[in-house]
Amino acid sequence: MNEHHLIQNAIVYLSASVIAVPIMKRLGLGSVLGYLAAGTAIGPWGLGFVENVDDIRHFAEFGVVLLLFIIGLELKPKRLWKLRRPIVGMGGSQLLLTTVLLLLIGLALGYSFNVSLVVAMALSLSSTAIALQSLKERNLMSTNAGNSAFSVLLFQDIAVIPILALLPALGVVVGDTGQSVWLGMLKAVAVIGAIVVGGHYLTRPIFRYIANTGMREIFTAFSLLLVFGISLLVNAVGMSMALGAFLAGVLLAESEYRHELEVEIEPFKGLLMGLFFISVGMSIDFGLLLKDPLTILALVVLLVVAKALILWLLAKAGKIQKSQTSLFVFLLSQGGEFAFVIFSVASGSGVLDQVTVGYLVVVVALSMLTTPFLLLIYSNIITPRYMHLDKPLEEDTIDDEDNPVIIAGFGRFGRTVGRLLHANGIPTTILDHDPDQIEAIRKYGYKVYYGDSSRHGVLAAAGADKARLLIITIDDADVALNIIEQAQKHFPHLTILTRARNNGHAYEILRRGVKLFRREMYDSALHLGEEALKQLGFGAYRSRTAAQVFNDYDQKLLHELFEAEAPEDRRLLSLQAREQIEQQLNADAEEIAKMNRQGWV
Amino acid sequence: MPDNNPPHIHLLFVHPFPHRSNVNSELLQGVQDLPGVHVCDLYERYPDFYIDVEQEQHELRHTDLLVVQHPFYWYSAPAMFKQWQDMVLEYGFAFGAGGDAMQGKDFMSVITVGQSKASYRPDGHNRHLMSEILTPYECMANHCGMNYLEPLVVYNSHKLVGEELHELTNLYRERLLNYRPGGDGKDE
Repeated sequence: MNEHHLIQNAIVYLSASVIAVPIMKRLGLGSVLGYLAAGTAIGPWGLGFVENVDDIRHFAEFGVVLLLFIIGLELKPKRLWKLRRPIVGMGGSQLLLTTVLLLLIGLALGYSFNVSLVVAMALSLSSTAIALQSLKERNLMSTNAGNSAFSVLLFQDIAVIPILALLPALGVVVGDTGQSVWLGMLKAVAVIGAIVVGGHYLTRPIFRYIANTGMREIFTAFSLLLVFGISLLVNAVGMSMALGAFLAGVLLAESEYRHELEVEIEPFKGLLMGLFFISVGMSIDFGLLLKDPLTILALVVLLVVAKALILWLLAKAGKIQKSQTSLFVFLLSQGGEFAFVIFSVASGSGVLDQVTVGYLVVVVALSMLTTPFLLLIYSNIITPRYMHLDKPLEEDTIDDEDNPVIIAGFGRFGRTVGRLLHANGIPTTILDHDPDQIEAIRKYGYKVYYGDSSRHGVLAAAGADKARLLIITIDDADVALNIIEQAQKHFPHLTILTRARNNGHAYEILRRGVKLFRREMYDSALHLGEEALKQLGFGAYRSRTAAQVFNDYDQKLLHELFEAEAPEDRRLLSLQAREQIEQQLNADAEEIAKMNRQGWV
Repeated sequence: MPDNNPPHIHLLFVHPFPHRSNVNSELLQGVQDLPGVHVCDLYERYPDFYIDVEQEQHELRHTDLLVVQHPFYWYSAPAMFKQWQDMVLEYGFAFGAGGDAMQGKDFMSVITVGQSKASYRPDGHNRHLMSEILTPYECMANHCGMNYLEPLVVYNSHKLVGEELHELTNLYRERLLNYRPGGDGKDE
């Protein structure tokens, strides 16, 4: 690809995305479908702007790599360990049962055992890219179904290793077969060990060294280098790149550079994921589809129904709530991107012929296309039914209340706020996006509405034009900022009170001119510290006063730091964070002693 | 006259920072183990001024003598005691219709003062006698039907050392030991 060509291609991709994605989003179909549509439009069977689909797709697979890296970043090793049961249990049975079912179907259709087995294994995998993107986009990652789906996907990603290793045993020649499966496994373990040890001891000093240069682009470059490097290294010993990136992410989940990394990688991930979905859209062979539409559509339906059947059984056996069963089933019912990889390996070595592979690729790509529509059914038809509300977000359902207070988010934080107000006879309108939660709270006579409060329409429907206070208690820092902006733009009369996740978030809140916020955990930590002083014999009132003095001082410091840092960007802030803590700890002793001296002796 | 049923003495200790006041702590230590003395450290109990009114009233009902020991802040007790008065000695309990719970009990102030006794005279720095300045407490006792006993005032509190402090502590101790309910206000 020469330079000119590259830019031309880029323009095609970018314009297709810019046109298609917002339209699909507006229609409530999600960004994935937008990209897929953009892909089909510009692909060889659409307008024919782009020809080298496979190259693009290989490149775009880095989007999936980055996605898994970011997911790894959000998953601390301890949490991962907690998930081991669902990963092995749910994931293992999904893969095994689906493979067996598809194998039987393949045999019934008259294919040989080996061909059926390879295809069955490949098709039993789901699309990590589509499922996780959909979950994140809808903020459903922390639901029961979201967790289970994630566990299954993780197991599938791990399973790709043995599946690829199994191909030679089925008579499929993969590259050089000189080395045994065991040697491959050994190498894999060695590389993972090296990454764990290296990641633990090396990344921190390197990050610090690079962060100290204060050059943003070098930090970005190193972040990308790290992810791609680890992915290729892991790939070299036969594991999926996505799995390697995930491991790298988990390794860095507890690093102090986690948020920086996330911020740096996020836009690349977004663009490459988009490109990946575009490439899937492009690879739909409409020639084949037009030639033999019935066979292909029948196969797509067969695949999705077969996978859904197994998933439904798993959801029943596992403890997924009824209201979320269909979410879990729909999320994982499509064929995955690893199927393309396995097909190309298998066809390269002659186990599958070109014609079969052509059909399979179209079937998998079309099955991916079904997911956004199925999820649309979930959110528009199935969810409302479980909430015993036909149109939960329509204005007329909430309109007659005119509650003076809107609480966005009714988790642990919002609940306490809500209960206090409720106990004092203040009527509140509560918004939350977790159907199970809503169901549970409604039993206690609270008025709770399903809704993503960052959407302008939802605030309006909740009666923001008549309310006096908007209390934002959701746990997602970015969404909270988004709600603040929406509220300030459309309902400037509202007094906004908000939960701040940490100092950084508090600065962002202050920057938007919101003064009424409490840092979560800060108050409880302060009170526990007070309790500690008391236990050390400080006396209850002295301990309380010490905590009040400290609080007063810390609030001032927070504002001072905000003033000092406001003009600079977030990067410098985080670079200086450590220094600030040191200054803070030094100043504490003197300042607080000074403040303590006031008063009577 | 040592007897098996010593009078009930409810001692309100009102000092926000006892760790800084040697004198007050010493005085308290001198009396807190006496039979019948029940110490209630208000700042320790209610660091956020949220007083358990029922509990306080309950404890008062059994008492013969109410002692309030505190440092002298702005010619009065520390803020906590005012809060305690406002919340606990309420209408219907300490005064007004049915408010006879404090009737016939005795009240005694124990106060540590930074300045000298001489400064509390018409010609001294503070221009008034201590007894004049303590009038609000006398009025409180009167309004609730309590007998106002002679207050124990410790002057020069932050200059007191060793022997002097020891003597004052003994004086305090003896006043509580010799206390008998239903006296005429002069307990010697």
